[in-house]
Amino acid sequence: MTDSIVSALDTLGNSAYVVVALLILMALYTMLTQKNLIKICVSIAILGSSVNMFLVLLGYRDGGEIPIYFLQGENQAMVLPTPQCLTLTAIVIALATTALMLSLIILLHKHYGTLDIDEIRRLRG
Amino acid sequence: MNIRDHLPAFLVMLPLLGAFLTPAVGSLGKVIRNGFYILFSFLTLLTSLSIGCAVFWGNPMVYVMGGDSFALTLPSGMSYPVRILFEIDAFGALFAICIAIASFAGALFSIAYMDKFSGWKKYLALYFMLTAGALGMCATGDLFNFFVFVEISSIASFGLVAFWRDKPEAIEASFKYMLVSQIAAMLLLIGIGSLYGKYNSVTMAALSSMMRDGYLERVVIALIFCVLAFKCGAFPMHTWMPDAYAEAPTGVTCLLVTVSQASFYGLIRVCYSIFPRIATGGVVGWVLIVIGCMSMFFGVMMAVVQHEIKRLMGYHSISQVGYMLLALGVGLVALGDQKDMIDYGYTAMKGGLFHAANYSIYKALLFLCAGSLYYATGTRNLDKMGGLARNMPWTTGMFVIAAAAISGLPPFNGFVSKWMIYESSFAIHPILPAIAMVTSVLTLASFAKVFQAAFLGPAKADFVAVREAPGFMLAGMAVLTVATLLLTLFPSWFTSNIFEKAAVALADNAAYVRAVMGGI
Repeated sequence: MTDSIVSALDTLGNSAYVVVALLILMALYTMLTQKNLIKICVSIAILGSSVNMFLVLLGYRDGGEIPIYFLQGENQAMVLPTPQCLTLTAIVIALATTALMLSLIILLHKHYGTLDIDEIRRLRG
Repeated sequence: MNIRDHLPAFLVMLPLLGAFLTPAVGSLGKVIRNGFYILFSFLTLLTSLSIGCAVFWGNPMVYVMGGDSFALTLPSGMSYPVRILFEIDAFGALFAICIAIASFAGALFSIAYMDKFSGWKKYLALYFMLTAGALGMCATGDLFNFFVFVEISSIASFGLVAFWRDKPEAIEASFKYMLVSQIAAMLLLIGIGSLYGKYNSVTMAALSSMMRDGYLERVVIALIFCVLAFKCGAFPMHTWMPDAYAEAPTGVTCLLVTVSQASFYGLIRVCYSIFPRIATGGVVGWVLIVIGCMSMFFGVMMAVVQHEIKRLMGYHSISQVGYMLLALGVGLVALGDQKDMIDYGYTAMKGGLFHAANYSIYKALLFLCAGSLYYATGTRNLDKMGGLARNMPWTTGMFVIAAAAISGLPPFNGFVSKWMIYESSFAIHPILPAIAMVTSVLTLASFAKVFQAAFLGPAKADFVAVREAPGFMLAGMAVLTVATLLLTLFPSWFTSNIFEKAAVALADNAAYVRAVMGGI
């Protein structure tokens, strides 16, 4: 099963990058069209994940093993470790911002009693 | 072990240590807490000043984290750096000093300003984080670390803008700022990732030495350019700036000014040092010039009509950033042509960097004056203030100095830097200094309005009992006033010893690369 998936991925070539691009576009579209603050927050999280996926893809090698010397086994090809470190850092940052954003949304809801952007703008006057 | 070699690490370590010691120290009582706050800000200032001394009269400093030796940039025969490294040249040191001065002044100011509020521990921790992030942006020699420091300073500033969380406006300003700056940060990360994918490195100096012209590079420079122009508040992407500046506690606004300066540093560093082959001489320089002119003009136009003192100053920040973008854009157009550089390029860059230093000092001072007015009167609305010069003589005096400097009245420092910008941008096109001068006149007009509305006129009945701001607030403002006066009194010394060296360091990309890559 996994072999067939891997070979399918091989034949598709750079299709993973297409997925990343689609995810980014989806996130931007959501951000521009949605009025609900929570949905906007979700779209920011999707954007963050798609960028992380992009970073991981940069270090991917066909048939590569995990980049740890004593765990890689027979296979001498390793995926690049640097993008994975970058991704770990980026995930932590995304976590912090998402948490902070949600807490701001809670405060906004306390003040205005709604999560709708237009409604908040109207209440503010 | 020579402590001087480790200064770049101390620059970021001190404020970070301050941030994480805060929860422990914050519970030891008010005096210890205040002493700790001032001590760490002062030590950071001292560190940045000693880095400045070492760099302005010496070579760029390089510091490698986690290596066998702090100066070993290319370990075990590698042809490109693999470790996290800091690289501070004269250009970076200039910005680091400005940030540290504003941070110290803001700390002194906050001690009195925030005294009656709760939440001190959080305030202190975030304040130090913000300082660490901004200083890190100026010190790092690595694009991904630059992103990390951008995020550290952004997250700290989201928290600080929303510090008065019972005010819905503060929460909204913070949310707005956060939303756009998260999108920007992700685009920045895509740009950095693409560069990594092509060149296999995120070290600025290594990228610079390998950089070729191509489609990918052009897309990446466009991405990074937009993101950093947004972060420094250039015209079409400026909307977050007045809100965030107005709603943050005043001690923080003073620091936020310099954080946007750090983004400006990043923008200029990317154009001059990482992509010199693409950015030199052509489109990028002109884009900087056009954005600069638009920010200058529209920023000041929006400022003139404001009635709220901190929002007014926030719009002025946009117009002041415009001057610097204009100057450095002119420099970028001239860069690469030796004759143009000598004719007007270096003057433009010196003027731009001089203005950057001026701006971060007098703008911080203006925000502190506004905070002092708010502290005394409880309002930020200019229409409600009046006749405060009698009750607040010190604030009035320092406000006059800062307002004269920002309006470019001779003999103040703002005049010197603006004059250098007029003179050099004239060589490109005569319309540019015309726009800059109109902006300067409008700046003067709006500050005359503020001065008249807040300080002059008959005393209002509500404000008869108003007293001068407390000593610590005045001390914070005095630090910045002294810095403004020093720049005013010795402009030629500062120009030839500091700004010229910074401009040369910025223009000489080869030296920047050589400091990390050795003799390549």
